[in-house]
Amino acid sequence: MTPTTLTGATTATTATTATTARTVTTATHCPYCSLQCGMRLVPVAGGPVPVEVSGREDFPVNRGALCGKGQNAAALLAPGARLTTPLVRDVRRDGTRGELRAASWTEALDRAAGGLAAVRDAYGADAVGVFGGGGLTNEKAYQLGKFARIALRTATIDYNGRFCMSSAAAAGKLAFGVDRGLPFPLADIPKTDCLILVGANPAETMPPALRYFREMRENGGTLIVVDPRRTRTAEQADLHLQPLPGTDLALALGLLHLLVADGMVDADFVAERTSGFEQARAAAMAHWPERVERITGVPVARLREAAHHFGRARTGMVLTARGPEQQSKGTDTVGAWINLCLASGKAGRLHSGYGCLTGQGNGQGGREHGQKADQLPGYRSIEDPAARTHVAAVWGVEPDALPRSGRSAYELLDSLGADGPEGVHALLLMGSNPVVSAPRAGRVVERLRSLELLVVSDLVLSETAQLADVVLPSTQWAEETGTMTNLEGRVLLRRRATQAPEGVRSDLWVLGELAQRLGATGRGGEGGFDTDPETVFAELCRASAGGQADYAGISYERIAAEDGVFWPCPAKDHPGTPRLFLDGFATPDGRARFAPVSHRPAAEEPDAEYPLYLTTGRVLAQYQSGAQTRRVAELNAAAPGPFVELHPRLAARLGVAEGDPLAVVSRRGRVVAPARITDTIRPDTVFMPFHWAGTGRANTLTNPALDPTSKMPEFKVCAVRVEPLPSGPASGRLSEPVSGPASERLSEPVSEPVGESK
Amino acid sequence: MSKRHVAVVGAGMAAARFAERYAALGGAARVTLYGAEPRAPYNRVLLADVLTGRYDAEAIALPLGDAELRPGTEVVGLDLGARLLTLADGSTEAYDDLVLATGANPVLPPIRGLRRVEGAGQAQGLRDGVHALRTLADCARLAEEAVDAKRAVVVGGGVLGVSTARALAALGPQVEIVHQGPHLIERQLDAEAATALRGALRSLGVEVYLGNRARALTEAGEVELANGYRLPTDLVVLACGVRPRTGLAHAAGLAVGRGVLVDDTLAASAPHVYAIGDCAEHAGVVHGLAGPGWEQADVLAARLSGADPDARYHGSRPLARLSAGPIEYAAFGEVHLDPAGPDGDDVDELRLTDATRGSYKKLVMRGDRLVGAILLGDLATVGDLARALERDDAHKDSPLHLLTTTHGAF
Repeated sequence: MTPTTLTGATTATTATTATTARTVTTATHCPYCSLQCGMRLVPVAGGPVPVEVSGREDFPVNRGALCGKGQNAAALLAPGARLTTPLVRDVRRDGTRGELRAASWTEALDRAAGGLAAVRDAYGADAVGVFGGGGLTNEKAYQLGKFARIALRTATIDYNGRFCMSSAAAAGKLAFGVDRGLPFPLADIPKTDCLILVGANPAETMPPALRYFREMRENGGTLIVVDPRRTRTAEQADLHLQPLPGTDLALALGLLHLLVADGMVDADFVAERTSGFEQARAAAMAHWPERVERITGVPVARLREAAHHFGRARTGMVLTARGPEQQSKGTDTVGAWINLCLASGKAGRLHSGYGCLTGQGNGQGGREHGQKADQLPGYRSIEDPAARTHVAAVWGVEPDALPRSGRSAYELLDSLGADGPEGVHALLLMGSNPVVSAPRAGRVVERLRSLELLVVSDLVLSETAQLADVVLPSTQWAEETGTMTNLEGRVLLRRRATQAPEGVRSDLWVLGELAQRLGATGRGGEGGFDTDPETVFAELCRASAGGQADYAGISYERIAAEDGVFWPCPAKDHPGTPRLFLDGFATPDGRARFAPVSHRPAAEEPDAEYPLYLTTGRVLAQYQSGAQTRRVAELNAAAPGPFVELHPRLAARLGVAEGDPLAVVSRRGRVVAPARITDTIRPDTVFMPFHWAGTGRANTLTNPALDPTSKMPEFKVCAVRVEPLPSGPASGRLSEPVSGPASERLSEPVSEPVGESK
Repeated sequence: MSKRHVAVVGAGMAAARFAERYAALGGAARVTLYGAEPRAPYNRVLLADVLTGRYDAEAIALPLGDAELRPGTEVVGLDLGARLLTLADGSTEAYDDLVLATGANPVLPPIRGLRRVEGAGQAQGLRDGVHALRTLADCARLAEEAVDAKRAVVVGGGVLGVSTARALAALGPQVEIVHQGPHLIERQLDAEAATALRGALRSLGVEVYLGNRARALTEAGEVELANGYRLPTDLVVLACGVRPRTGLAHAAGLAVGRGVLVDDTLAASAPHVYAIGDCAEHAGVVHGLAGPGWEQADVLAARLSGADPDARYHGSRPLARLSAGPIEYAAFGEVHLDPAGPDGDDVDELRLTDATRGSYKKLVMRGDRLVGAILLGDLATVGDLARALERDDAHKDSPLHLLTTTHGAF
């Protein structure tokens, strides 16, 4: 990376886009995870990619650092790596589906809008579904929710963030009255005395954040990591607790028990700022250390060590990620960790508190503005009459015209093509790849195939797009402007730095075109839908005004001038809120609520037939379903395919050597991937990363058991057996029996329409 | 009253667990807990540390779900035909399902002079200065007396005796354990582990007399041993085990062995009657431990709530576990199998003793199966060991890893 020659490029005035002058740089943010690292893009004339990427030292989140994914982000801007023309699939004369072929925008949009309308007319509005993504900008997320409610008038909308942080969101809202990933800036982390990371592996998922944990340790703080695997993050910890998958709820209850037993409860804090302690304490009393040891496998001595570190620290934080959250009891598990913070007085105080390490780039903002089945913009409940009235007024429709709550993500996917009133027969999908990322993915593929119409907007031909009837190539990251809200609740501005290739359109434009074709008549641009991001953002801010995630005082100008603005920011003269809860919690009485939770087993525990736990997760060089990162040569070279991590003793028992092909079988399917033998995992557990499609697709195996509150599927625990296969080429793309169709096996960059026969 | 009524007789640990799980699983019936003690259910496992002051008495309350608690309400009679129970005040209550969770009483050993001559007074009619440790009330009385006591004798060297002696020693008195058996906790520990445990107790100032029976309590308040030796003491704690409380069940005509007999569905011998916890006898076994009682409660709650009407209880593989200051052990399964004994054909033992660090570890294998284990002093592998025993995997190679581990790795 060559440093830019321009100084002061990040101020609002000098950072405006220029795609022609070589010397002008654009200050923007990374297209990947929820850190939203500051990036500087410099146009490159005649290179393989149109811009060069470097980190922004002046941006407080990453202070110049970028991980490999960020460094290579520009690769996907190259025309060969992504879609550059709409695709449609014709129906053959014999009624079978033909192949995807290039089409004009007019044809593609007519086909999409016509199909959506036809299904609506035939089955009713709720038979048309919308599925969004946590990577979409705030403007797109907002517009997609509005599109569903007033253009399609459907209740059937949800998004892949349901698979991400919905359990933490639910637990945070129950405890604190509001859900924001972190209630403090990342820069507070080095100042805390003790930090517990639960089921989080930032060393692989968000490397630039790792420095905060390192600095905390350098300042004398204690890092405790809870993870069934000794991850790269766990290796840096002062104390690593390695519980059985699905037992961290019991672990948290056991630690609370020890706080009570060893006199580390902050009685004044509990009395003044919380409610519900007695019930939580009773639940903890039912989880005494020896019992918790039996449930979790973590020896009492280590529980005590952890409880004493945390309980005796002056300040402390607990941060969770997908480990505790992606369980059928994820909301309760997060609640139990929050209880630990509350009992020891480590919440609502400087340098203390509970936070969630959100995953997707706009995992935070994506859940605030109406993509969720039960929400309207501003984190408002769609069932709340006042919220309906407010939002309907902004949209220029009658409150009664707004649909009610719809189904959660997996329930939505599961109902595709179903008979009866629950059936969804057309789906508009934006910025998501459920063929790879949904639980029990084999069934999801089957459901997607049963649709009368699948419309996918994406920048690449993802595995899900390959099943679509209409594929709409969308602009990405450096080609469009929009805001993102990172894990700190900091609203950021991504700026357009380069022209999109001919044939590519923004999602806002697409939604406007579709709305017009569907005859929508809300307030805003044509058909009620503006296509300029800044205009849409201003509308979003008005819609969010008075809600929990209040953006009313935020503008593009302010974001650029202030390195982002933390919500809530209800007025133009409001400074934003980097730290929540210091004066009180966002509950009606200002008190945080203890969660009345008790441990229970996973929905599926190992038995004689499926004797091992499977847990799933991520690797450093890939991102989410891999739709983007698998198309970047450097990243693919670093992490070319799926694998099965297993302990040497389990390997010995199975007679398996490093690299041998293994079949992993659950009640939902069978996958094949090579063995990776390591003593960092428990001998009763195997691990698979979930970034790949095809034969090695981890989500073929996972269990769609849902958390009753958050509707989060249980990605992190299910029961499997492992079978050694006769030796052969041990790659992720073996010609073994597959659960999905042949076209899913593609994981190379695809620029040609892909055929499919059925 | 249209709602079904599940009456739980008893408000101890098993009862509380049942009530909590029943509610959590969405059970629709009204649940009532009838408890003889005048307080809400609490965690009896923690009593020794209530004695030391580590827990407040109120702090060890257990969750109850949304069950109604009737404290201080003793059930004195059952009419299984009419599905009625009679309370101590003579009133009756109807039930649809009856769960007996009456628990157990301390065993009072045959020691002369143990009981109060005039009879009245304490629950067990024990003479002043003589205590059991089964309830919070016992605990409060004992704690009060222990403050001024110079010497204390614990009769019984099982798990309860050892943990009580440790707790008492922490309060100040000079403590002595009188134990009839050849070594401490002989049901769960082998001689070598028990010897190490005895050493650990000695370092806390607790003296242990093995192979000795307490015969009488003298007028002067001394404990007289069977060998004639007398131990002067200010207080005596009886820790001679517990006996299932089955009187109510027996009088109602239910089949009773050592405990109330139940099958895999935890059903007793009459329709709509179940028993769980310390009062229940399943497949010839009365556990008298919290863990198995809770496993039974979980199964019964799953059945009666409708969450899993086919749930069954197949017995427990309990782990004996003590972790009290410097004294820490875990014992599982069959630890007394002797490779040199008559049944020792395919039995193998693996032992590790570390005198410097005061640890002792042993695995008992039958063929390639792990059937028993003891860990004393160093419990780093306790989680794996418990899992291995539960899973019953074949161990083709040496299972040494179940005894030693490097920091944080398996």
